[in-house]
Amino acid sequence: MERDILRQLLADRGAGRTVVLAKNLTSGRNVLLYPIEKAEQSPFSEAAREAALNDKSTSVTGPDGTWFLQVFNPPLRMILVGAVHISQPLARMAAMSGYEVTIIDPRRAFATAARFPGLTVTTDWPDEAMEKLKPNRRTAVVALTHDPKIDDPALLVTLKSEAFYIGALGSLKTHAKRRERMLAAGFDEATFKRIKGPVGLKIGARSPAEIAVAVLAEVIQTLHEVESGPTPPPSPASRRGRVEA
Amino acid sequence: MNETIVGDQEDVLGRAFEWKGQGRRVALATVVTTWGSSPRPVGSLLAVDTESQFVGSVSGGCIEGAVIREAMDVIEDGKPRLLDFGVTDTQAWDVGLACGGKIQVYVERLD
Repeated sequence: MERDILRQLLADRGAGRTVVLAKNLTSGRNVLLYPIEKAEQSPFSEAAREAALNDKSTSVTGPDGTWFLQVFNPPLRMILVGAVHISQPLARMAAMSGYEVTIIDPRRAFATAARFPGLTVTTDWPDEAMEKLKPNRRTAVVALTHDPKIDDPALLVTLKSEAFYIGALGSLKTHAKRRERMLAAGFDEATFKRIKGPVGLKIGARSPAEIAVAVLAEVIQTLHEVESGPTPPPSPASRRGRVEA
Repeated sequence: MNETIVGDQEDVLGRAFEWKGQGRRVALATVVTTWGSSPRPVGSLLAVDTESQFVGSVSGGCIEGAVIREAMDVIEDGKPRLLDFGVTDTQAWDVGLACGGKIQVYVERLD
């Protein structure tokens, strides 16, 4: 591989771009593709796009031999609206699972670095913070304050983004009221339905840490469904581990 | 802890680039195919220099030695190689795998 290609690849990764390194295993040629940003004139642009969306490197055979398509996606991010009690375990668990975590809360008493050691905390207003953070298809957003003044501005911006997961804490009743506000703001039913509420998988969670597990589990499930289709029901075969094609 | 997870691949490539910049001769190994259960997924990377210093991994440790030996030839003649490894049950047992898998590793020189 030429050093210039590696230099470009590292720069693209640093800039948070999705890039696919296509490697011809016969000739040794390396090419960088940007299948999400633009449609490319290459015999395997569709395969590269699919690989990037699935976050799974793969091989394709073209007229000039086998190409290995190595996917480099930007890191997964989780944005938490509300530096509340649940956010503390959720932020840590998400970081352990590979997410870059940002916590937004304009209430300075909540949003302190001491409560979220090592994580990024901002006291910007949620809509401004969201405009800056620009959620993308590798971002999960969870609104956790219960307070429409704080949650709603964040959700309004997030619903216009490609965020793969949007969740909002609150009972069915709270969520019904949220629906009315979102529809009044001009979103249609299908767009509103992108918000998972009540948030989290139903595991009977009670404590903040348990609720964090429920939320993170739902985020993980949603990510992998986006990547590979609905999760199959557990079977003896799947417990033995997936067989790679 | 975040960085060790998401920055895994970047680290290997970043290190390879750094080494090259220091004038060291470097080869890059990439897992391009796996069959059955294999310890490292497709896309896993290993970078190695002529002093056999390496970063990253292409398996749980059982084929790294062989890949590094091949990498020395690749650095020497500049010809990339596609290596096939069948992880036998005995080897698999040694590295704690549940069953034998097969993997293909592509080794190329960083020019």
